[in-house]
Amino acid sequence: MMKWKTNNLLFIHITRVASFLILSFSIYLFFAGHNDPGGGFIGGLMTAASVLLLYLTFDKRKIDEMLPINYVNFIPTGLLIGFGAGFIGMIFGFPYLTQFFDYFSFPLIGEVELATAVIFDLGIYLGVAAVALTIILTIAGDEE
Amino acid sequence: MSLLHWAILIPFLFAIIVPILYKYIRPIHTGWFVLLVPSVLFIYFSPYITPIANGETFMESVPWVPSLGIQFSAYIDGWSLLFALLITGIGALVVLYSIYYLDKKSEALNNFYVYLLLFMGAMLGVVLSDNLIVLYVFWELTSLSSTLLISYWYYRDASINGAVKSLNITVFGGFSMLAGFALLYVITGTFSIQEMIGQAGTVIDHPLFLPTIILILLGAFTKSAQFPFHIWLPDAMEAPTPVSAYLHSATMVKAGIYLVARFTPLFGGAPEWFWIIAGGGLLTLLWGSLSALRQKDLKGLLAYSTISQLGMVMCLLGLGSAALYFDDANELYTLAIMAAVFHLFNHASFKGSLFMTAGIVDHETGTRDIRSLGGLMLVMPATATISLIGAASMAGLPPFNGFLSKEYFFDAITNATEYGIFNMETAGMLFPVIGWVASVFTFIYCCIFFFKTFAGRFETDRFPKKVHEAPVGMLISPAILAFVVVTVGLFPNLLSQSIIEPSMASILNGLPMDNEAFSVNIEHWHGWFSLELWMTIGVVAFGSLIYAGMGRWSKWSIYNKNVDPLTPVYDTTISGTIKGSQMITNIQMTGRLRDYFAFIAVFFLIITGWTLFRFDALTLDTGSMSEVTIYEGMLIGLLLVSVLSLPFIQKRIAAVVVLGFIGFLIALLFVNFRAPDLALTQLLIETVLVVLFMLAFYHLPELRKETSKLTFKWTNAIISFGVGLLITVVAFSAFSFGQGNEFNPISDYFIENSADLAGGYNMVNVVLVDFRGLDTILELLVLAIAGLAVIALIKLKMKEGDDV
Repeated sequence: MMKWKTNNLLFIHITRVASFLILSFSIYLFFAGHNDPGGGFIGGLMTAASVLLLYLTFDKRKIDEMLPINYVNFIPTGLLIGFGAGFIGMIFGFPYLTQFFDYFSFPLIGEVELATAVIFDLGIYLGVAAVALTIILTIAGDEE
Repeated sequence: MSLLHWAILIPFLFAIIVPILYKYIRPIHTGWFVLLVPSVLFIYFSPYITPIANGETFMESVPWVPSLGIQFSAYIDGWSLLFALLITGIGALVVLYSIYYLDKKSEALNNFYVYLLLFMGAMLGVVLSDNLIVLYVFWELTSLSSTLLISYWYYRDASINGAVKSLNITVFGGFSMLAGFALLYVITGTFSIQEMIGQAGTVIDHPLFLPTIILILLGAFTKSAQFPFHIWLPDAMEAPTPVSAYLHSATMVKAGIYLVARFTPLFGGAPEWFWIIAGGGLLTLLWGSLSALRQKDLKGLLAYSTISQLGMVMCLLGLGSAALYFDDANELYTLAIMAAVFHLFNHASFKGSLFMTAGIVDHETGTRDIRSLGGLMLVMPATATISLIGAASMAGLPPFNGFLSKEYFFDAITNATEYGIFNMETAGMLFPVIGWVASVFTFIYCCIFFFKTFAGRFETDRFPKKVHEAPVGMLISPAILAFVVVTVGLFPNLLSQSIIEPSMASILNGLPMDNEAFSVNIEHWHGWFSLELWMTIGVVAFGSLIYAGMGRWSKWSIYNKNVDPLTPVYDTTISGTIKGSQMITNIQMTGRLRDYFAFIAVFFLIITGWTLFRFDALTLDTGSMSEVTIYEGMLIGLLLVSVLSLPFIQKRIAAVVVLGFIGFLIALLFVNFRAPDLALTQLLIETVLVVLFMLAFYHLPELRKETSKLTFKWTNAIISFGVGLLITVVAFSAFSFGQGNEFNPISDYFIENSADLAGGYNMVNVVLVDFRGLDTILELLVLAIAGLAVIALIKLKMKEGDDV
């Protein structure tokens, strides 16, 4: 990927803070999904956006060293989690992709809703983030 | 899920472990682990014999897509149990045989056993499913896994050709079968076979009856290699021999037989059903036995013999289906069904052992060509003995089991003139004549198989390898099958009560069972004056005569033609299809994106516009619309201005910016309509898209001045205007239609239930993960494929002249 020709100090410093803010926000969005705007798809896209911001600001080699992750691997992982979560219902004799939820009380946190849909959504989250990153980084990394 | 479901799924689950076993436990042949699966399953299915012989049946059901009536229901009765036992029993023997046949050092055992287990599971699924959709899924899985098995030695052209041919033909049949199942659902309103059988009468009287059975029988005939779809089976002999023994003698090709018998209670008694099956089977019997004579390859000979023997079983099933024309069971018809079931079992035993001995000959001598084989009897005595038993049984000689079922076949076809229905009093004359002639041919090819291979003088220099007897391990499986052949031949009533009667009961489901026509008692001796005995004697006499004169007729040119006359028909069809699609592709694929867009838009315009006019759906009612607020007006105004400015922008970067601007405006519109989820998604997608554009921008050439002609521009303008107009009209019409009628939008359901049923207050997300989860996950799959395609396009660039 091409690097910004000039060292834009302001841009670099803002990115350092902003990308992590965006990343945290994307994780918040993911968990908030069931009751508020958000969810796996949006969360995944926003995660991809925050990583992309890093790539845009610094050069590719640096980020590859910092985040030695092959995003392609996350595509099948996401798919497997998504498809696999559907089987939870089948074990208990419900149709494929039946989701369950219930409310539990935990010390300190209070009452929390736990849903199997979150596991399913995690698959979507990983898959979407990985696909977006893979496509963009592959096109950007093309040398010709 | 019950144990029965797990029994179907175990082969699939074990297939996942096989590559791991292969990778980490190299010193032990992977086959030893795989052998566990069919053995355990065989032991699991065996105890079902007693209760089923007492007339019980078992049904276990798990909902899959209950809203569409699709249940994963496993059903065991006599007929499916017979198949389950064949699949697992012969499966175990085949795996054992393959351990010695496939070398653990040089063969890709992980592939082989994964495919074999997939096939085994799919086959079990086919015979145990009661739900048509589930049955279809497994049915196609058998096609797919058998294709993988046939192309196991994928570096050989012949293997690939055979695999592609089998896939083309069986999947064509599978698709038409699916259409037939859909019609059946239309007629009966259920996907469950047992429930359908309850309404058998309505099916036969329905106007869709004929198309339904034709479509379903296409599936059965292609799978069971019936004339004229048999041409894939000989080519499928490119598979390793254990595979041929399994797929093409014991299981896969019998799936069609299974299906025909399974549907007999539903369709039996109709003249169309009777004639297609009995006639098609008879024709296949003759054609297969005649073609087998011409084969120079041992396995090719066996392939055609399989075709002909399956035709015989099919013919018997057709004859027996006449029983359902009447209300009570008559021995005339039940006899044919009994012969079909008995011969099916016998065929599995002797053909399995014959395939395995053919494999041994190939393995130990290095050739399967009949012209160079000969004299192996003294070098390979054990193999020769097993072959002799198998071949004699196939030829229908006493005291082996093939003799018994052949006698009953003669019995059934000689009675064909007495049927008194469906014009059988005249046309029925054909059955015994054709059946007898085909049996003579059968006798001759059995002679060719045995004598050309094992008799004569042994000359060492004719073989590419040093010839010796096969290792003991390789002989175990065919020996067990030969033992079954002999035992059943000597004590034929071993199977009568436990296997044959329950199978007949399921094929003739709906007839009163206490009738004595159902009690099976197989005897060797029918007396000196029985016609069948003299037919058998005639077969042996004529067959020996003709075989003795082989030196003369083997010079005829027809004998030396190696290719089935129907193969060129298939070849021209395929090459014609390829040429045709290339022609269409050349017209359509111009390589310019804007042409594709134009095609899509025009197609959309025609289809949707025509539908609108055809159903008179144009309604315009602005009365019940809400006011346009000032914000909406402003947003729309901005949108209009930016969209209209697009065609006039000359710089690429400006165009990208304006496009992004339009996207963000739409996001704002979503915010205005209180759809935060959509707005967020739109914002993010737009951001990512702009980044993508910018990245690709670096590679793109400077935007050139459009050199296109004026007419081209005008066409484009008209198309875009038309699409815009159409969408507006559709939106208006849909809105007005919803206002005028008491139409409940589906969103009401989600609004009411998302909190109660799924525990979420964000309706969009609840729809995505709970109510329509399958959509979501499949869309992720689409995304994943797109991502991988980008990698394939960019990272794995093809060199000049590479093929895909």
